[in-house]
Amino acid sequence: MDFGLSKTEELFLQMIREFAEKEVKPLAAEVDEDERFPLETVEKMAKIGLMGIPIPAKYGGVGGTNQMYGMAVEELSRVCGTTGVILSAHTSLCCAPILESGTEEQKMKYLPKLASGEWIGAFGLTEPNAGTDAAMQQTTAVLDGGDHYIINGSKIFITNAIYAHVYVIFAMTDKSLGNKGITAFIIEKGTPGFSIGKKEKKMGIRGSATTELIFEDCRVPKENMLGQIGKGFGIAMKTLDGGRIGIAAQALGIAQGAMDETIRYTKERKQFGRSISQFQNTQFQLAELETKVQAARMLVRSASYKKDNGIPYSVDAAMAKLFGAETAMEVTTKAVQLHGGYGYTREYPVERMMRDAKITEIYEGTSEVQKMVIAAKLLK
Amino acid sequence: MNIIVCIKQVPDTTEVKINPQTGTLIREGVPSIMNPDDKGGLEFALQLKDKFNAHVTVITMGLPQADAILREALAMGVDRAILLTDRKLGGADTLATSNAIAGALRTLEYDLVVAGRQAIDGDTAQVGPQIAEHLDIPQVSYLEDIDFDGNKTFTLRKQTDDGYQVLQMDAPCLVTVLASAVKPRYMNMRGIVEAYQREVEVWGADRIDVAEDKIGKAGSPTSVMKAFPKSLKPAGATFEVSAEEAVDIIVEKLKERHII
Repeated sequence: MDFGLSKTEELFLQMIREFAEKEVKPLAAEVDEDERFPLETVEKMAKIGLMGIPIPAKYGGVGGTNQMYGMAVEELSRVCGTTGVILSAHTSLCCAPILESGTEEQKMKYLPKLASGEWIGAFGLTEPNAGTDAAMQQTTAVLDGGDHYIINGSKIFITNAIYAHVYVIFAMTDKSLGNKGITAFIIEKGTPGFSIGKKEKKMGIRGSATTELIFEDCRVPKENMLGQIGKGFGIAMKTLDGGRIGIAAQALGIAQGAMDETIRYTKERKQFGRSISQFQNTQFQLAELETKVQAARMLVRSASYKKDNGIPYSVDAAMAKLFGAETAMEVTTKAVQLHGGYGYTREYPVERMMRDAKITEIYEGTSEVQKMVIAAKLLK
Repeated sequence: MNIIVCIKQVPDTTEVKINPQTGTLIREGVPSIMNPDDKGGLEFALQLKDKFNAHVTVITMGLPQADAILREALAMGVDRAILLTDRKLGGADTLATSNAIAGALRTLEYDLVVAGRQAIDGDTAQVGPQIAEHLDIPQVSYLEDIDFDGNKTFTLRKQTDDGYQVLQMDAPCLVTVLASAVKPRYMNMRGIVEAYQREVEVWGADRIDVAEDKIGKAGSPTSVMKAFPKSLKPAGATFEVSAEEAVDIIVEKLKERHII
């Protein structure tokens, strides 16, 4: 693996950093405070092609690498965790399963509009009683006649839900088969019987429009089945493998953002006649945190590299997410501490970053699930 | 319509520091960027491409690493990129630079030549206007806005000290543009992915239409003797007094400093 960036990736980094700094950062505090989905930012991202980075050009995407996609999520999250997860959920959780498991017709129908950003994507697996135990799906899909499924049930904690146009969701087509009875479907906004439920009041990433999805006798054409019947669990797990790179990149970005803020603050803040950056306690903490951030970055880059090169990356993604999320939590917590009383106020972004960081240890597989994935591989 | 945009790679002077001992720029670790006024000019050119399907070429003279800003221009949407690089062109002042670029432009077709007002490293604002003189075409500098009638006439708004002027000018012509006039677009993702797969034409001095004694060090009547940071002066003192009292104060101060 090449640890340096290619010329193309350097050019991309120049653009995405400028975009994040000028278009995303100025809105971050407001998006958090008002729990507002930054639709105007999504439109700007769409305009320059950020909504379809790893989608091949034949499906209207950019044909970029997963490495670039991860860098995009990292750089956006560096200034705004909400914006990072909007892109991550759209790309990893909706575009990716359609690209990997969809029929040619499904790809041609959905990917161009998703990749161009005309449509936003979402993903619905979690239910009130099916979190980490995803196999406990209670949403059902029953064949009606020969050409439609009737879906009943609900999904919770769905990122992008209110603003999405396309949802990849999972339902039991045969409860008696357990995992093997789960099937994936593509649901379009406006499908009769499909509605958006209550919006969650969250600790962090408050702008990402997280809601419930409700299916009440929702009639879905049979051609909207994604992959084969009974293969939904595999599609979900494969999707989450990819999604973990996105969330690891988000965690990394939040950690880097907290480092940026803290380095600047500790140089400016004076106590006992000198900048607090001159105290060895500050220096040692910053050194330790920076080392962890760099290590997290290497894990993310390594997982992305493997995905781009067709090498199995499931365990790498789990390690990147586990370490990235824990690093984000540690860096942001210590960043608040190094900011002292000011860090506890909303005047300084580290307070928001600490709240945003927490979710990275929970969603798309908790840290405990990542450990299960890693250990399972070790002890196989 | 053919548009040629002249761009320059410059050190990002917002991050440049000066070595107090030698008085020279510390360039190590300073990122190189596309000159901001040039990027503004490029944006106007791309807007004309969007509206009138213009063909946009960018050209830069510089070291081989100036390739980076041409790739950026390609990712922003230009059609053709030319890097003019040759040891014979080195050591050029503004006159030799403008001669070299004009020499390149003579071999290309253009209706509009766009340059930035000035580069943030030299701040001379001379190269653009000199190119127009060498090519004997009309020019408008300090451009804030541009429109085109679709035929041959540009309507231009030019910044002046106390306002602006609206002018019309026929192609072929040259404009110099202010960075503050327009927000340049971001490189787009597809452009980025393709930027290093596309061709940047590399031209040597033999490729351009200009006499050899007009370019490089030989063609440069000026040279930089010394660069130094401005020394800071303390704030002056203000006295609101009559003319006679003022004379007394001034004489006293001059005596104090043994000037008289």
